[in-house]
Amino acid sequence: MSYLNASEMTGGYGKADILHSCTLTVERGQIAVIVGPNGAGKSTAMKAVFGMLPLRAGRVTLDGEDITTLSPQDRVKKGMGFVPQVNNVFPTMSVEENLEMGAFIRDDDFRTTMEQVFDLFPILKEKRRQNAGELSGGQRQQVAVGRALMTKPKLLMLDEPTAGVSPIVMDELFDRIIEVARTGISILMVEQNARQALEIADKGYVLVQGANKYTDTGQALLADPEVRRTFLGG
Amino acid sequence: MSTARQPGEASRLRAPLFFAIMTALIVIEGLTSGWNSALGIVNMGLLSAIMALGVNMQWGYAGLFNAGAMGFLALGGIAPVLISMPPTPGAFAAGGFAIMAAFAVAIIAVLAAIWLYRNLAGRARALAVAGVLIAGFFLYRAIFDPAVSAIEAINPSAAGNLGGLGLPTLVSWPVGALLAAGAAWLVGKTALGLRSDYLAIATLGIAEILVAVLKNEQWLDRGVLNVNGIPRPWPVPYEIDLQNSAEFVAKAQAWGIDPQTASTLTVKFAFLALFVVVILALIWLTEMALKSPWGRMMRAIRDNEISAAAMGKNVTRRHLQIFVLGSAVIGLAGAMMISLDGQMTPTSYNPLRYTFLILVMVIVGGSGNNWGSILGGVLIWYVWVKAGDWGPDIMSVLASPIPDGAFHDHMIRSAPHMRMLVMGVILLAVLRFSPRGLLPEK
Amino acid sequence: MELVNALVAITNYVIIPATAYGAQLALGALGVTLIYSILRFSNFAHGDTMAFGTGVVILVTWGFQSLGISFGPLPTALLALPFGILATAALMLGTDKVVYQYYRKVRAAPVVMVMVSVGVMFVMNALTRFLIGVDQINFDDGARFVINARQWREMTGLAEPLTLRSTQVITVVTAIITVAILFWFLNRTRTGKSMRAFSDNEDLALLSGIDPNKVVAVTWIITGALATIAGTLYGLDKSFKAFTYFQLLLPIFASAIVGGIGNPVGAIAGGFVISFSEVGLTYAWKKVATYLIPNWEPDGLVQLLSTDYKYAVSFTILILVLIFKPTGLFKGKIV
Repeated sequence: MSYLNASEMTGGYGKADILHSCTLTVERGQIAVIVGPNGAGKSTAMKAVFGMLPLRAGRVTLDGEDITTLSPQDRVKKGMGFVPQVNNVFPTMSVEENLEMGAFIRDDDFRTTMEQVFDLFPILKEKRRQNAGELSGGQRQQVAVGRALMTKPKLLMLDEPTAGVSPIVMDELFDRIIEVARTGISILMVEQNARQALEIADKGYVLVQGANKYTDTGQALLADPEVRRTFLGG
Repeated sequence: MSTARQPGEASRLRAPLFFAIMTALIVIEGLTSGWNSALGIVNMGLLSAIMALGVNMQWGYAGLFNAGAMGFLALGGIAPVLISMPPTPGAFAAGGFAIMAAFAVAIIAVLAAIWLYRNLAGRARALAVAGVLIAGFFLYRAIFDPAVSAIEAINPSAAGNLGGLGLPTLVSWPVGALLAAGAAWLVGKTALGLRSDYLAIATLGIAEILVAVLKNEQWLDRGVLNVNGIPRPWPVPYEIDLQNSAEFVAKAQAWGIDPQTASTLTVKFAFLALFVVVILALIWLTEMALKSPWGRMMRAIRDNEISAAAMGKNVTRRHLQIFVLGSAVIGLAGAMMISLDGQMTPTSYNPLRYTFLILVMVIVGGSGNNWGSILGGVLIWYVWVKAGDWGPDIMSVLASPIPDGAFHDHMIRSAPHMRMLVMGVILLAVLRFSPRGLLPEK
Repeated sequence: MELVNALVAITNYVIIPATAYGAQLALGALGVTLIYSILRFSNFAHGDTMAFGTGVVILVTWGFQSLGISFGPLPTALLALPFGILATAALMLGTDKVVYQYYRKVRAAPVVMVMVSVGVMFVMNALTRFLIGVDQINFDDGARFVINARQWREMTGLAEPLTLRSTQVITVVTAIITVAILFWFLNRTRTGKSMRAFSDNEDLALLSGIDPNKVVAVTWIITGALATIAGTLYGLDKSFKAFTYFQLLLPIFASAIVGGIGNPVGAIAGGFVISFSEVGLTYAWKKVATYLIPNWEPDGLVQLLSTDYKYAVSFTILILVLIFKPTGLFKGKIV
């Protein structure tokens, strides 16, 4: 049984379904990447896993426990961390305060977690007193990831973490994400930069129109000529 | 609201039903307190309905929150003073032209400042704009102040103001609308297109200022000394003329009414007829406008500003148009109200009564529905008047178990404030439980 | 010497009154700006909230006075202030429960919330009038002056008098203490930070497990406290009249917007911008001018604007800010 098991998810916001029997699983400490063309329902699938989309069918389990009916807030308490694509920091609060707000639901001492985040993202320690809104795009993404890590999640979900950052910053972010996974945290991530993302992925999902089209290891997908031709541009 | 009643039989009967209730209340008022009082409520109710029509254009059609209806109303009210009062002899020669010259100086200074602002940059711009404005201000005051003193020195006990043009009162009504429209254009130009509540705050401000002008500029409207004897509009007669007319007295006696009562009733009926004509004309015009492509676009913008803007509609421009039009209707009502009262009393303008009560009328009647505004205007005015009457009665019942003393007296004294509470509760209840009002927009 | 006299006159008639008034406006604007950042609407009932809180304070003050309790040289109203704050905060929480909560649940448009606050304004207006009536009330007691004109003359020997009323000093000191506590709360406590987070990014705050109901409740309590303090200080400094408090809405809104709505520092700065402009433009500068320009006796009062038009100052500044810098002097939240 996988750590995260979201199976046969079907649902949408209005009458029309966006997801059609979509299945996503992530093993402990592994990186799973969702790629696909625009409008394929990648972000929607991620939101469904996090409880932000009403499902008509399918179920979501985390570590064997059924969490299908839980609210996003309760899923955070169960060990999920979510980094939205945009508006993912508190702009007029300092970096440190952002991390502190990430730990809001924790009653214990979170200083060691904050130190771990600072170890992972040293630049944040340097800018801990600066407002998050004044940072560069890449640094802001680091704050966003750091904020989500503050609850010590078992599963971290990232919605296009590299959107709008330069290629160098993107590589660095991916390195950090691998580091996070090495600490035993499972990662589920939606990415536009499919090729680079699949390179670091243990598992890749290609979604088309809200349904699973191809599912395999990242390397296998990169090697598949069909996938290369249709989704990776040759 | 939650019952799944679709528009159909029931809702077609809704409007006639409510108007029947309204009429019944007025008839009961006439039978119990006399027709004079009943007609008084109806006339003021109809004027309120016209104000509500104007506010409805802004809030109901476009979702614009005008928190300064009182200001446009007061500004419209200055029109009968300036248009239909007889001129004060010598006032224009003494200072009228100088005041106009002062205004011209002010306008030229502002225009020059705008021109400089647009055509210069940096420090030079700041200095030039400030210089022109300061020089303009002192020049303006240098011309304006002596002119005001000169005018106010003329027969201060009876006049001391510029007086009017001596034109028929009916002429002043559209002028009132124009004055209000001009002020609304200035406010709308700056506050529209920003966050929706900024318009509310800006209009709240302009209303306070316009009323302050009326209270303090004696040369204009005698300020707190009030202007009395503003001529009535054609064809409303004067009671005294009627009572002196043998024909009228004979007719009244034939009906079995004493001539004095008959004359006041006749005057009120004449006003009533005039108001009804204006209301019908306004409703006809607005319904025509709403059915036109312009009106459809207006509603499209209200229902979804973002998609309307995405379709290339200039939302701010349309908002400005509707804001100016709505304020013009409020200004018209202001001029009509002064004609009905026959006097200008700047101290009587109270924002609760003339801004926020009108909003209650619109929302209770049904935002976006003109007939709703008429219904809301008359009905809420009726409740407002009656809450003032009933408040003391209710309070004396409530206070009766409390022993005589300071608290008992305090309760009785507080009774007149009951109407505020009633209005607040009505507004909150309608917003919550029936946000589309008594007569929902079709 | 003439220069010193001119400075004394300016201090006496402009700087001291404008500082006290500015502190009162700043406290009022802080309340408006807090509601705006957390509940995201302009609260038209704020003036009447101030009036209600002050009304309760006056009643309790009278109660204390009849019991013979006083606060030494300080006004008894300061002793009554906590009771006014409690009553107002309770009223705010009740209003939220009965009225505003529903509109948050249905995610009503801000302009609808503004309209709802008009309904609340009517009700509060009535409550205040039931409570204390419509008349003008003076309720300051204790020492009237910190420095009176005679003491000043004996101290300095200057011809120009200067008085410092105790209510002016109390206003400024109370305002400083209040603002210090507020900023400590917002910047140093977990609840305060969660309020700032909620104001910054509501969705992310919810995601982080911040309880919106708690944030809103705390906001109303603080707003009630700020409104009561602002209203009481204004009433001590000038006098209490329910309608005047309604009219204060305009300068208070202007202060909040000028400073940048949603920004607490901006609200304070805005309060002083408005108060100094208002007092400065409506002050008759004749006396200062005669000191500064020898051998010149101005004909008029050298008053730029009659005090009857003091609200025009707030309005003009408001309009200028809306035209040239809609986000305010300090960057506010949204245009």
